[in-house]
Amino acid sequence: MTCTDFLGQLTDYFDGQISPELLEEVRSHTASCKHCEVVLDSTTKTISVYRDHQVFEMPNDLQERLHAAIMARCSGRPGC
Amino acid sequence: MLTPHALQVHLFLMTTIQSPVTEEIHPDVALVERAKAGDTAAFEQLVRQYERQIFRVAQHITQNREDAEDITQDAFLKAYEKLEQFQGNSKFSTWLVRIAVNESLMRLRKRKTSKTVSMDEDVQTEEGSIPRDFAEWRPNPEQQYNQAELGDILGKTIQGLPPGFRTVFTLRDIENLSTEETAEALGLSVPAVKSRLLRARLQLRERLSRYFRQTKKEGQPA
Repeated sequence: MTCTDFLGQLTDYFDGQISPELLEEVRSHTASCKHCEVVLDSTTKTISVYRDHQVFEMPNDLQERLHAAIMARCSGRPGC
Repeated sequence: MLTPHALQVHLFLMTTIQSPVTEEIHPDVALVERAKAGDTAAFEQLVRQYERQIFRVAQHITQNREDAEDITQDAFLKAYEKLEQFQGNSKFSTWLVRIAVNESLMRLRKRKTSKTVSMDEDVQTEEGSIPRDFAEWRPNPEQQYNQAELGDILGKTIQGLPPGFRTVFTLRDIENLSTEETAEALGLSVPAVKSRLLRARLQLRERLSRYFRQTKKEGQPA
């Protein structure tokens, strides 16, 4: 597996949709290629750091205000 | 007239065929049906379930809080008005996200009057798609920065991505939609989502590396 092949498999790797054979090849490649090992590790951390830290979480007071506004606008529509 | 054996086979097949369908019915389906029949409380429950997610998606795409508030309202209003068109072929949440994405892109278009904004804009760029920074991330980002600093870095960094990449990354990696749901919400093919997702992840990694890369201690060679 070349470094380009490795990058080509990265999306399926993260999505858990990689075949066992290719998974073995990815592991074997990253064990022998320091650059790709770093790319794999730091891309994994990129995804997890965004998943674990909601950048735009809605404050409760805003949620209440927005919720009331949505329901008020819907209530003005026929059938609501 | 079926023989007892044939009847047993028939019943077995009916059970086998019908049971997976029954298991797959999403709780939202019943709420949508009630809302279609004019039950405001059912629609309100759907709003409660998804308003935070819709707000986050809108804010990630527009990078503007006031726009995200307006879009959240407009998306739910539009969903309510078009509820009859929702046939249940996809998840209600995916259908709703698609409305919010379209509203968000329209808002970006209005902001940039001279420039078209679409899912295709800027995604031709190869910038950042080829890894160049190979420094290790040590210690972990959470150990290097406090919550507020980290939030600031993550917000600034994703803001720098082209809208087409930012949107795919937001839906797939932040909102945890499947690749298929992301494709459906964005009106893209699955291979197109996979390709953009790879480039979005690599670009973000490259940009974040400026903050998270291991730095050599003083006295050590660079």
